[in-house]
Amino acid sequence: MLGLSRKDTGFLIAVICLTLATPIFLQPFPETSSLAQFNAGYPDLMQRFAIYGIFVMGFNILFGLTGYLSFGHAAFLGVGSYSVVWMYKLLDYNVLPGLVLAVIMSGIFALFIGFVSLRRSGIYFSILTLAFAQMSYNLAYSVFTPLTNGETGLQVYLNDPQVLMSEGAPTSPHLFGLVMNESAKVAVGDWIFTFNVGYYFTAIIAILVFYLSLRIFRSPFGMILRAIKTNRNRLNYAGINTKPYMLTAFVISGMYAGLAGGLLAAMDPLTGAQRMQWTASGEVVLMAILGGAGTMMGPILGAGFIKYFENIFSKINESVLHQWFGWMPDGVQDFVIGVVSPFVGEGWHLTLGLLFMVVVIFLPGGIVQGALLVVGMFRRRNGHDGPKKQESASSAAQPAE
Amino acid sequence: MSERTTGVTRRRVLKGAAAGAIGAGLFPTILTRPASAYTNEPTGSTVKLGFNVPQTGPYAAEGLDELRAQELAVQHLNGEGDGGMLNTFSSKVLKGNGILGKKVEFVSGDTATNSDVARASARSMIEKDGVVMVNGGSSSGVAVAVQGLCQEAGIIFMAGLTHSNDTTGKDRKANGFRHFFNAYMSGAALAPVLKTAYGADRRAYHLTADYTWGWTQQESLVASTEGIGWETVNTVLTPVGAGDFSAYITPVLQSGADVLVLNHYGADMVNSLTQAVQFGLRDKQVNGKQFEIVVPLYSELMAEGAGDNIKGVFGSMNWNWQLTDDGTKAFVKSFGEKYGRPPSNSAHTCYVQTLLYADAAERAGTFNPCGIAEALEGFEFDGMGNGPTLYRAEDHQCFKDVLVMKGKDNPSNQFDILEFVEVTPVEQVTYAPNHPMFGGDEATLGTCNPGA
Repeated sequence: MLGLSRKDTGFLIAVICLTLATPIFLQPFPETSSLAQFNAGYPDLMQRFAIYGIFVMGFNILFGLTGYLSFGHAAFLGVGSYSVVWMYKLLDYNVLPGLVLAVIMSGIFALFIGFVSLRRSGIYFSILTLAFAQMSYNLAYSVFTPLTNGETGLQVYLNDPQVLMSEGAPTSPHLFGLVMNESAKVAVGDWIFTFNVGYYFTAIIAILVFYLSLRIFRSPFGMILRAIKTNRNRLNYAGINTKPYMLTAFVISGMYAGLAGGLLAAMDPLTGAQRMQWTASGEVVLMAILGGAGTMMGPILGAGFIKYFENIFSKINESVLHQWFGWMPDGVQDFVIGVVSPFVGEGWHLTLGLLFMVVVIFLPGGIVQGALLVVGMFRRRNGHDGPKKQESASSAAQPAE
Repeated sequence: MSERTTGVTRRRVLKGAAAGAIGAGLFPTILTRPASAYTNEPTGSTVKLGFNVPQTGPYAAEGLDELRAQELAVQHLNGEGDGGMLNTFSSKVLKGNGILGKKVEFVSGDTATNSDVARASARSMIEKDGVVMVNGGSSSGVAVAVQGLCQEAGIIFMAGLTHSNDTTGKDRKANGFRHFFNAYMSGAALAPVLKTAYGADRRAYHLTADYTWGWTQQESLVASTEGIGWETVNTVLTPVGAGDFSAYITPVLQSGADVLVLNHYGADMVNSLTQAVQFGLRDKQVNGKQFEIVVPLYSELMAEGAGDNIKGVFGSMNWNWQLTDDGTKAFVKSFGEKYGRPPSNSAHTCYVQTLLYADAAERAGTFNPCGIAEALEGFEFDGMGNGPTLYRAEDHQCFKDVLVMKGKDNPSNQFDILEFVEVTPVEQVTYAPNHPMFGGDEATLGTCNPGA
């Protein structure tokens, strides 16, 4: 179907269904229970899942297939965001022109950075991309202040030209009148589900680019990229010039990142230089490795994981802990809270770090490998053998998204 | 969709996908619940406030102190503890039974002194936790960003520690309110004191944090010091959270300047001041005069961090725990009993903002942002530690006296590090709402947005 094998079609359909039903999946606990703290089905976080999913999908085309570790992908994310906000300032709040410009601009940036960086491989390539990204960050931070508004961040002001802005047009990002931050809340018993326009917009784009990346993974082009990862020299000896392939992969990957950055600004009309900082580049590397680089679903899961930690764990403060452990005797309660509190709230990085270590040491293939192991165990117990292992692993792994 | 059958053409699939996309777009509008009058209208017996402060990054110390004060304010609103400033506040509608009879709950978030993170955190408070008000921000860049977000979302933003002129100037918003003073006020209060202490013939060198607060504070200080006859030798922007400022301090001595103005805050100010003193700037004689350092915006936490280096350095403050009015005494007492230390001025402003919000809701009889904005605009009050104060309707800025402080030469304990030089009367720091430093005639509040 659509040029995909039967198995991949099933995979794609499963991903589509899960993505569209995300607002329901992420809201497993009723509002009245104390576990509602762990619900993640609110628009901002769901949008982030989809957007960072796109970001890491693009990163995975480069890192997962060719093994070239780019440490500067945040630069493209920032370029995309700035493009979109500038389109808001010049034209109006319609997201479409901005997103198109974001993809084009990040493509041009990637072409230039890739052209220079790809002259080297391995660690030198990583350092070159890192250098370019930090350079972009510093330029955005101070040198190009008129263009980027420096540390304060670029935002839309009432006195901006906005030449296409008509009377009564929405004053926040929209797609031909469909306002991004509008949502419908549906109450079912104690559960409240939020269906947000912005989320569905990002989700549909995410599905489209997922399909695109699936096609790239299965194409002869994807095969050559894998071959580069395995043995670049052998390809050269076989008479294949690998450079154009690498550059294409780099540009596609950069355009994905630009699209993701553009979507960030499409959901929230503001951007800042921090989006280009090396920590943002590092984050996408963590996402890919945590989930399982080189697999289709892994990096997306990794992105979801990290964003979940960042937004949910970081909000568990001491008063929440006191609520949870309120049933314990006083001395024990203080002790338990003393042990737990460094790992939640602002200490969520610590938890994530430990988790990352566990994954890298015991599951070098990431979360996907873990899921495969679990599925494998069930298979053996039920007396099945595992030729369909791959497919079932991917479907078993998805609900966590 | 019928994609499982093999005879499907590309065209049919495209049609199906388009229909699906349109359907997904329409879906939310079909199932809309009966809309509430405004965003996050509290329907149960509780009301939630959001406290969005930096818990990591260069301003973390200020943020954590703000959080302490916010927790204390919630306790006092719910009738726990000794009531603090509720006893001295000139408006008496708050009875210690929550706000409008609803118990006050709160959620906290980390802004990390980064507008992106701060907005994500504020959005999750609004969308997930259903807060009716966000209070906090220990950086003007963050405050301006979050204020814009609250305006769009249709909830009230009670700014915490934000000192940039832009917050209630160029970037003022109908849903945003600021109790803290601003850079213009600092300049206006400091200039006469500096003239008396250091004379009218001085050459100033500015090191400035590179974001909205630094820019406007530098602009204000340059204007006010040039107003007393000083000359500005150079102004240099430094990145926030730089850690090491030695590269910026070395050129100061060669510039022929005899005063260094540090437009830095938090950990940045502690580092730059410490390094300036280590480089021996304050022992130098330039142009036949003693070299001096000025830190226009002070805070107790910074003074504590800078230790002995702060001695004799002038700066301005919104409030200090050593004031002797009843409001201050009541607040310092309940804060001290709970946390064993005096509150900082950032803690004070967040505490007061939370009470002011609660009071406005109580007087308006609603949590509707438009009702609250109306209740706060032009509101005059007293008993909150700053003397008689006005919330000006034109730009949502509080007008009150400003404190000029100096690092104490012989501190008696670790908290007794600053002394009063002058309490600058409010008339001296008042400006027109369309002052050029505050966006001029173009700056408008817009209209209040109650959201959904």
